[in-house]
Amino acid sequence: MKKEKKMKLSLPEVELMNSGHMACQGCGATLAMRFALKALGQKVALCIPACCWSVIDGPFPYSSLDVPIFHCAFETAAVSASGVKAGLEMVGDKETTVVAWAGDGGTFDIGIQALSGVAERNDDIIYICYDNEAYMNTGIQRSSATPYGAWTTTTPVKHFKNRPKKDMEAIMAAHRIPYIATASIGYPEDLVKKVKKAKEIKGTKFLHIFAPCPPGWKSQPEDTIKLARMAVQNAIFPLYEIEWGEKYTLNIKLKEKKPINDYLKIQGRFRHLTKKEIVFIQEEVDKKWERLLLCVNGSK
Amino acid sequence: MKKKKGAQKIVFKSEKDFPLMPMSIGSMLFNKTGAWRNIKPVINLEKCIQCGICWKFCPDVAIFIEKEWPVIDYEYCKGCGLCAEECPTKCIAMVEEEK
Ligand SMILES: Cc1ncc(C[n+]2csc(CCOP(=O)(O)OP(=O)(O)O)c2C)c(N)n1
Ligand code: SF4
Ligand code: SF4
Ligand code: SF4
Ligand SMILES: [Mg+2]
Repeated sequence: MKKEKKMKLSLPEVELMNSGHMACQGCGATLAMRFALKALGQKVALCIPACCWSVIDGPFPYSSLDVPIFHCAFETAAVSASGVKAGLEMVGDKETTVVAWAGDGGTFDIGIQALSGVAERNDDIIYICYDNEAYMNTGIQRSSATPYGAWTTTTPVKHFKNRPKKDMEAIMAAHRIPYIATASIGYPEDLVKKVKKAKEIKGTKFLHIFAPCPPGWKSQPEDTIKLARMAVQNAIFPLYEIEWGEKYTLNIKLKEKKPINDYLKIQGRFRHLTKKEIVFIQEEVDKKWERLLLCVNGSK
Repeated sequence: MKKKKGAQKIVFKSEKDFPLMPMSIGSMLFNKTGAWRNIKPVINLEKCIQCGICWKFCPDVAIFIEKEWPVIDYEYCKGCGLCAEECPTKCIAMVEEEK
């Protein structure tokens, strides 16, 4: 080896997720956890409802995380976390950050009432939704986070999903909670910054992390990060923050918004789409992006 | 960032050995996921610029840093190819696993 130099790492070195876990090759949800734990540190307790992550962690009596996890029922991530938080406070522990960690199905669909209650009370937890855009753990069924046009086992090619992805950020913003952010495993430094920020804020914090899933998206495992990055660059999944439901900040500004074609092309779940349908999706993405820019510019 | 020590598989000889609650008492590190691999990443350190990007994006925490250089942990690497894809100098090759 010719040159010797000090390696400069852009993320915290602490590693609270271990090798040996059960995730598929190239799993985005796994990277979301690895990055989030780098930001959260050791003093954290997780509540995980039924989702891929309850499998990834490993079967009884094992775990692949070096932090405590409470495995809770599918619809109860948010409210379990506020319960754990209340319990910890009763025994005098004010430092531990309690995090609800759920999939998109557990957040956008089945867990939304518990989450809404927690947000309305402004309970002091961080809610993190890792979004792989379907119910992956049970075999790729559609969720309300599945995007328009996607194939899933319950939206087969002839009847692909014909409704847009639910705007979860807008729903959370309507609760007027102190902090909402979108993040992506393609931008880990931004993700770590946001989790650290959420940790310092009191009240309900909602983070939505974009996490590609090779078997569910019919994509190549090595393309996971590329897909996550593309979704930010083409504004399918823009990175922004909302404070108190009002103040919008765009974190990754786009000099040139990329067309969505390349992104759709490398995912089998979109392979059936015709030119006309792709044009329609592009128009919807453009409209949503314009709406977001209005909110961002309106908050200045 | 150093490689963590492997863990033991837990064997309960009788019900009495069970913990009172269904709680985790061992680490998944016993599970050597390297056996899942079909293709394996090989780093050409001559071309490596020590940027740490491969370390950053490994979903299996199977790249550690030893004396400022990336080292692949074949005990756990599942062969997803993310490190090779993201390496800015393309100095990681994915090669057929010899069986
Ligand atoms: C009340 C209830 N209904 C259904 C299930 C079955 N179930 C377990 S995980 C899961 C899918 C979870 O999807 P998501 O929250 O998106 O997480 P992912 O698996 O995609 O990571 C389902 C339907 C359950 N465990 N409990
Ligand atoms: S199905 Fe998708 S989200 Fe679940 S473990 Fe596999 S890659 Fe990860
Ligand atoms: S091939 Fe995948 S699992 Fe193996 S070291 Fe590279 S990123 Fe990690
Ligand atoms: S990504 Fe490539 S250049 Fe960077 S440290 Fe890894 S092997 Fe070296
Ligand atoms: Mg999901």
